[in-house]
Amino acid sequence: MSVVSDRLRKSRMRNIRETGIEAILFLAAFISVVTTLGIVYILVSESMDFFRHVSIVDFLTDTQWTPLFDDAHYGIMVLISGTLTSSAVALFVALPLGTVIAIYLSEFASFAVREAAKPILELLGGIPTIVFGYFALITVTPFLQSLFPELPGFNVLSAGLVMGVMIVPYVSSLAEDSMRAVPMSLREGSYAMGATRLQTALRVVFPAAISGVGSGYVLAISRAIGETMIVAVAAGGQPNLTFNPAESAMTLASYIAGVSQGDLPQDSVGYQTIFAAGLTLMVITLGLNVMGHLLRKKYREVY
Amino acid sequence: MKDADLQAIRNLIASHKRNDAVFALLGILCLMIGVLTLLALFGEMWVNGAERLNLDFLSSFPSRRAGQAGILAAWVGSVLVMLVTAAFAIPLGVAAGVYLEEYAPKNWMTDIIEINVSNLAGIPSIVYGLLGLGMFVYTLGLGRSIFTAGLTLALLILPVVIVATRESIRSIPQMVREAAYACGASTWQTVRDHIIPYSAPGILTGVIIGMARAIGETAPLLVVGAVTFIAYLPSAPFTGEPTAGLFDWASAAFTVLPIQMFNWTSRPEVAFQANAAAAGLVLVCMTLLMNATAIWLRYRLRKNIKW
Repeated sequence: MSVVSDRLRKSRMRNIRETGIEAILFLAAFISVVTTLGIVYILVSESMDFFRHVSIVDFLTDTQWTPLFDDAHYGIMVLISGTLTSSAVALFVALPLGTVIAIYLSEFASFAVREAAKPILELLGGIPTIVFGYFALITVTPFLQSLFPELPGFNVLSAGLVMGVMIVPYVSSLAEDSMRAVPMSLREGSYAMGATRLQTALRVVFPAAISGVGSGYVLAISRAIGETMIVAVAAGGQPNLTFNPAESAMTLASYIAGVSQGDLPQDSVGYQTIFAAGLTLMVITLGLNVMGHLLRKKYREVY
Repeated sequence: MKDADLQAIRNLIASHKRNDAVFALLGILCLMIGVLTLLALFGEMWVNGAERLNLDFLSSFPSRRAGQAGILAAWVGSVLVMLVTAAFAIPLGVAAGVYLEEYAPKNWMTDIIEINVSNLAGIPSIVYGLLGLGMFVYTLGLGRSIFTAGLTLALLILPVVIVATRESIRSIPQMVREAAYACGASTWQTVRDHIIPYSAPGILTGVIIGMARAIGETAPLLVVGAVTFIAYLPSAPFTGEPTAGLFDWASAAFTVLPIQMFNWTSRPEVAFQANAAAAGLVLVCMTLLMNATAIWLRYRLRKNIKW
């Protein structure tokens, strides 16, 4: 009989160990929730200190952003305008390029071309952003200046263009994946009606894959808005309320990076402004993520 | 059918075919823009930085004189920060992925964790820097150290590791688990002896891609407080005077390659731009090597494993 009770004891031990391991694994998964809570807590609590000095109306309506000057102004619109301008330039490049590449790779390219192109695009997306920033400042800006002589040395245009090329892979890979998931029968139906590859791609496959393509677009937009180093290096350090890409400007992210370079004391206004800017950035990207999620839900086609 | 109609139809078909060919050309053109940018990037850095790329450059500290400056502190810093990042991101990410695939019950808690992981992947990297600054540097008092930097980057790449782990585990057929359970294995035994070994190459691919991203990250480390001018290395364990402890290096001030490159790029002197280009070459080679390893691993994986 002792054999059986031994086994029972073993099995009880085993159950305890199993439960313990499950708890540890759950804690690891829960760390991601803690991270989000930590981000929200830090951003909100530090911004609260900031909003004790600055009224939220001033924050949203003032047309100057000069937090480190004696005559301090805290108009976040200045940074938002820079963010929107640089993102608009980048998306103007990335969305068309990425979409055309996705359609080409999914519907036109031969197997060999696709197998060669995908790793190259992946490498393009894997290059550190500081290298792109260097490229924008040292190569693209002088090139643009040779076309438009009055362009300043730091400008949003050059940063935005390079950023656009950088985010092409995000658009193209998501869009291509979702287009390739469209079942072959839809294409065959279209070809049987005498449609060309282009007609099939644009009127059958693309609409069927719109939810995946859309989430690629949303990802690209949030990458563009949060991109820091390219803008910090190539677009200059002057906060500037402008929607003109030919001027220099600062974005939310590049302001945070720029101010953090010095050693900021913890309770200085400069320290609080980076959290206020970070909170604004976080709210914008969070809004975009939620929008992307809803879009995906609404337009999702299930085959 | 009249000849005129026939001709009209032929013209229509011809124009559609032409559009088809034009689009194919456009596709190649767009692809070429990407490839050419990549080539221009390399060409530019090579032309500017190749002459600076030698052993002295790798083994010198930064200097006020561009010709004598090097990246020793930067690449050592990068390696140490990556060590800390890997030490936290890999166990946490794999454990979280295993939990979500093999253990998690279908309930609201699991939903929250899943939505949260995909949301974390969309947060700009600079916001992680703010988390590191507010949480690790000030609230937890870890200082502007290698440890803080590694921890911040670990949180940044955690979603990448989790997603890779999950995808890799999901591709293991259900029959493997059923066979293990039929032999009386517990869930953990199944996971330890079957699920993790079979998904290891896929997880490794994800980990390498995540690390390649972390090694090139500049913005969060700038916020956490990287120092741009360091003329010494963190002391190795059990050396120096007074003798350093096993983990003393982790609390040292840090710089990393991307930060060093940023510092040189933002200087007006042309001579420093050559240094920036050379540092960029080293950095790009490191990330490319890691990415290429990941792509090769995935390629082999697709070829070898057939369930």
